Amino acid sequence: MTEPLQHADHLLRAEGLECERDGRMLFSDLSFSIVPGTLTRVEGPNGSGKTTLLRILAGLNDNWSGQVFWCGEPRQKQWDQVRRNVLYLGHRPGIKMLLTPLENLQALVAGRQAVSETVLVQALDQVGLGPWTHVPCGQLSAGQKRRVALARLLFADEPVWLLDEAFTALDVDAVAAVEGLLEDRVRQGGAVVMTTHHEPAMQGMRRIRLGSAGEPEPVARVAGEAS
Amino acid sequence: MGQQQPLSVPVLDPVTTSPGLWQSMVAVLRRDLRLSVRQKQDLLNPLLFFVMVVALFPLGVSPESEFLREAGAGILWVGALLATLLSLDHLFRFDYEDGTLEQMALQPQPLFVLVLAKTLAHWLVTGLPLVILTPMLGMMLFLDGNSVAVLCLTLLIGTPVLSLIGSVGAALTVGLRAGGVLLSLLVIPLYIPVLIFGTGTVMAAAGGSDVSGHLALMAAILVLAVILAPLAAAVALKISLSAS
Repeated sequence: MTEPLQHADHLLRAEGLECERDGRMLFSDLSFSIVPGTLTRVEGPNGSGKTTLLRILAGLNDNWSGQVFWCGEPRQKQWDQVRRNVLYLGHRPGIKMLLTPLENLQALVAGRQAVSETVLVQALDQVGLGPWTHVPCGQLSAGQKRRVALARLLFADEPVWLLDEAFTALDVDAVAAVEGLLEDRVRQGGAVVMTTHHEPAMQGMRRIRLGSAGEPEPVARVAGEAS
Repeated sequence: MGQQQPLSVPVLDPVTTSPGLWQSMVAVLRRDLRLSVRQKQDLLNPLLFFVMVVALFPLGVSPESEFLREAGAGILWVGALLATLLSLDHLFRFDYEDGTLEQMALQPQPLFVLVLAKTLAHWLVTGLPLVILTPMLGMMLFLDGNSVAVLCLTLLIGTPVLSLIGSVGAALTVGLRAGGVLLSLLVIPLYIPVLIFGTGTVMAAAGGSDVSGHLALMAAILVLAVILAPLAAAVALKISLSAS
């Protein structure tokens, strides 16, 4: 089902990552690969560096040492490529309170993909924001704002998704829907790396464990196919 | 969402095409202008501030027409400078706080191009209205027609420089809780040359000499600022983002 990439089997690879924050070692000698068709959960207690790790992978954080490769080549040689192919959704997903969901999506996507307005409206419809397409986001609930950000996932063409706390503020149905979406995505050959506090009900999930005391636990890899 | 997807199946090989620089700049510009129009207070505050600062001088120093005619250009330039300064703190702060800046830094286009678009939007909603208000205020300060014309021209060239230099300061202080004061302290010294050239040009015009040389020099500063300021601001933003 999954078509393997010709040039490299992994999309992102980290080798010997080490990050210190405020004089505390978050993780050291951390190595892992992100390959197509997998879902990886970054685990660890609060303050263990989950968000920091995702930001390092996205290229937002520079305070680390080690190596990150994209498709087998050092990442710094091909930043344009990497930025285009990695979608990062953080705690704060860039939703403007004064803009409507549609305008927000248009602004967020404009530099990455050419997506027609029809597709955007359709995506908003699918996340249950159809009636709110033209209401400023400031008037929406926290969960609805989150849905605006997540609507991007319905048409995003990036092979790698980095999702930080994607399930925050979502209701049970929405969580199930996002899980379904991620499973579909993995089945189509996408790679998803996420942090979440609730244990997602997904099969074949890989894990990257970050310790709290500074000593990283060995990276456990659960190999397996998504259902 | 999820189970059955009516949308087309995405391609999962690495994507090699992305929208062009121009398109991404227009998108940033459009978003920022739209936000300014919806947040009218932010649009009006610097203008009101400008008018009030200018009105303070006749009230506080002297309402004599000779004094005002002589000091008018300087007063208007200082007023425009302070009004720009007032609006700078917002240039990146909201984007930083809601995550827009992260998304911009992760776009495939170089960040400085997007910063340039943001700075242009900032100038269009603060600098340009200041220039448009200037003839009226110049008249209030008894400036003659020729001086007002030259003054407007210097502000037209000078206010974009103020926005551009300011963008570097705003980018450096965006991650700080109370960055506003530090921003002023950083930026004001850099504004001094622009101020000197701006008022000097108007003085020269009032003295009856040819000002094309002065204006050319100011235009050269503008070109330099357009090239260098977005680069510096982009690097500063990346540092600010990295520390957050």
